[in-house]
Amino acid sequence: MQGYIYPNEFELQWSLLVVLYPYLTGLVAGAFILASLERVFNVKEVQPTYRLSLLTALAFLIVAPLPLLAHLGHPERSFEIFMTPNSQSAMAMFGFVYAWYLAVVLLLEIWFDYRREMVLWAQSSDGWKRWMYYVLTLGSTDLSEKALKFDDSAGRWITIIGIPSAFLLHGYVGFIFGSVKANPWWSSVLMPVVFLFSAMVSGIALVLVLYVVTTMFRWRKVDMKCLDKLAQFLFYALVVDFSLEALDFIHRLYESEESIEILRQLIESRLFISLIVLQVVMGTLVPLVSLALVSPGLRKGGILKTPPRKGGILKTPPELRQLIYIVAAVLIQIGIFSIRWNVVIGGQLFSKSLRGLTVYKVELLGIEGLVTTMALLFLPFVILWVLVKVLPPWSDGPAQENSPTAGGIPQH
Amino acid sequence: MTAETPDGGVDRREFLKDLLGACGAATPVLWFGAVCVPELAAQGEGGEYDPEDHLYGMGIDVAKCIGCARCVVACKTENDVPEEEHFFNTWIERYVIREDDEVEVVSPNGGIDGFPPIQDEGTVRRTFFVPKLCNHCEAAPCVQVCPVGATFRTEDGVVLVDEDYCIGCRYCIQACPYGARYMHPEKHVAGKCTFCYHRLVKGKVPACVEVCPTQARVFGEVEKRATPLARFMRFNDVQVLKAHLNTRPRVFYGNLDGEVR
Repeated sequence: MQGYIYPNEFELQWSLLVVLYPYLTGLVAGAFILASLERVFNVKEVQPTYRLSLLTALAFLIVAPLPLLAHLGHPERSFEIFMTPNSQSAMAMFGFVYAWYLAVVLLLEIWFDYRREMVLWAQSSDGWKRWMYYVLTLGSTDLSEKALKFDDSAGRWITIIGIPSAFLLHGYVGFIFGSVKANPWWSSVLMPVVFLFSAMVSGIALVLVLYVVTTMFRWRKVDMKCLDKLAQFLFYALVVDFSLEALDFIHRLYESEESIEILRQLIESRLFISLIVLQVVMGTLVPLVSLALVSPGLRKGGILKTPPRKGGILKTPPELRQLIYIVAAVLIQIGIFSIRWNVVIGGQLFSKSLRGLTVYKVELLGIEGLVTTMALLFLPFVILWVLVKVLPPWSDGPAQENSPTAGGIPQH
Repeated sequence: MTAETPDGGVDRREFLKDLLGACGAATPVLWFGAVCVPELAAQGEGGEYDPEDHLYGMGIDVAKCIGCARCVVACKTENDVPEEEHFFNTWIERYVIREDDEVEVVSPNGGIDGFPPIQDEGTVRRTFFVPKLCNHCEAAPCVQVCPVGATFRTEDGVVLVDEDYCIGCRYCIQACPYGARYMHPEKHVAGKCTFCYHRLVKGKVPACVEVCPTQARVFGEVEKRATPLARFMRFNDVQVLKAHLNTRPRVFYGNLDGEVR
C-alpha cells in the first residue's frame, strides 16, 4: 500500500476470475467474427478454419460465465439476473446477451451448418452414435436440394445477425467497465470499441494456433494460403486495436484530468510489467513488426510496397513463416490477457480518493485462485476436443467434397 | 418585577431571584433541546411510519469534527458492522495540508485507534477531520448498476441493500465513487451505511449523529424548513463530495476544504 486509500478499498473486489471473463468472451467474439469472414465477406482463403472457429467460439462461450458464477457472493441467486433484471443496469443485460448469443447465434448456426452431415453420419453409423446424430438433427433429415439450400441461406442470415451480436457480446463487456464513472481508469467511451478489436485480435490468433496444431496432429499439410490470410487479418485487427489504445492513452495524457497523477504512478509502479512490457512491447509491437515483415498478404494488399517477390518484405520459407505466425499469435494471447488484467486489476489498484495505490496478491488455491483460473482456462479446450470429436470440422479429409455448406464429409 | 435601588441600579437580591426564576422557566426549553431535538418527527397521524412524508439527509460541519471517532464505534455497534479493520459504514479521515501543498490523509482503523501525532508541525498550513459515509445519492450509481435491483433508494431518500436478494457481484462497490461500500465477509452481500434506517422509522436519529459530542453531524429532513438540517443548510455554505460526477449526494458538508475527495 502506498499513500491513502479509503478503508473499504483494502480488499480488491474483482479478482483473477473476473480477468478471465472478458478474456474468454473476447475469444468467443473474435473467433465468431473470423468465421463470418468466410461466410459473409467471402474471404475464401480462411475456409479451412470456418467450422473450427465456430466450435471454438461455442467451447469458450460455454465456459465464459463460469468464472463469474464462481466469483459471486451468492451464486445460488444468480438466476435473479434473468428473473428480475434491473433495466437500468448494464450487468443485468448479461443473461440476455449471453442467451441470445448462445442459443440464437452460435447453436443455430452450427446446427444449420452441420445438419446435412449429421443426417449422413446418422445414416452411416450404428449403435449409440447413430442415435446421437439423429437426436442432434432434431429429426430434420430432409436432404433434398431445396432443404440444403435453405440450410445454407439460413446459416448465412444467422451469420449476418451474428456479427452485430458478437459485437454486442464483447462491446457490452467493455461497456460494463467503460460506464463506471467512479473509476477514471475504466470510464472511457472507447472501452467497448477497444474491447471489440482486442477480441478480434485474440480470436483470430487463437484459431490460427488451433488450426496449425490440429492440422499437425492430424498429419495433414497446413494450408499456407489460409495461414497467410489469417496473419494478414490478424495484422489489420492489431493495427486498429493498437491505434485505439494509443488514442485512449494520448487523450488521457492530453486532457490531464484530476486522476492523471495517480494513473501515472499506477502505470509506473504497478502495471509496468503487465502494461508496458507484456501488453505493448511483447503483445503488440513485436507481433506487429514480425507480421509486417513476413506476411505476403500485406504486400499484395498494398500496405507495404516491396519489389514483387514471393513472401513478405523478408522472403521466408513457409515453415519459418508458420513458426513466426505461431510465435506472434502466442505473444498476442499473452498481450491480450495482459490487457484484460490491466483493465480489471489495474482499475482497482488505485484508490478512488486518487491518493494512493494498493496491491493485489493472486492466491494459489481457493475458489478465486490461480489453480481455478488455470482449470477454467483449460476447460474450453476439453470441451472443444469433445465438440471436434462429435462434429469434425475438417474439410481436407480424403473424402473431401465441395458442399454448398462449405464443409465436407470427414473420415470415419 | 425587578426593584430598582436608589441609584437606579438593580437590587442584588432581586436580581438573583429573577435569575433563578428565569432558569426555572427555561428548564423545559433546555430539556426539550437536549432530549427532543435529536428525535425525528417520524410518526404520522395514525402512528404509522410513512416514508412518503420524509426525505432525509445529513449535514456535516467539518470545522466541528474533533476526530474522536465515537461515531465510527457507535455505527459498528449499532449496525453489526464487521469488527475488522477494513469494513466501515462511516469513518474519519484526517487531512494535513503542508505549506508546500503536500496533502497527507490518514484514517487508522477508520479513526477508532486515534490519529498519530502530526510530524513537523511547523510546516502545517491546515489540518482537519472529515467524517465520511454513504452519501445516499439521489442519482446513486450503485442503484443504477445493481443487476437485480437488490440495492434501491427508499421513498424517504435512503439507499439500502436487500440482503436476501443481493447476489454479491460487487458491481455496486465498483460503481460507488466514495468507497462507501464493502463486501460483508460473513453475509457475502454488499454492506453500507443505512442512515440507521431501523432507528429512523422509530423517530430516532442515526447512531453516529446521536453520539457526536460536538454536533458535527446534523440529521433531518432535506425539504422541510423547520429542521436542524434545514437550519444547518441555511447558515452554512454547503458542498457535496465529487459534485462533478453528478451523483447528487444527500450528505452536505459545511466548511469543506477543496482538497477533500
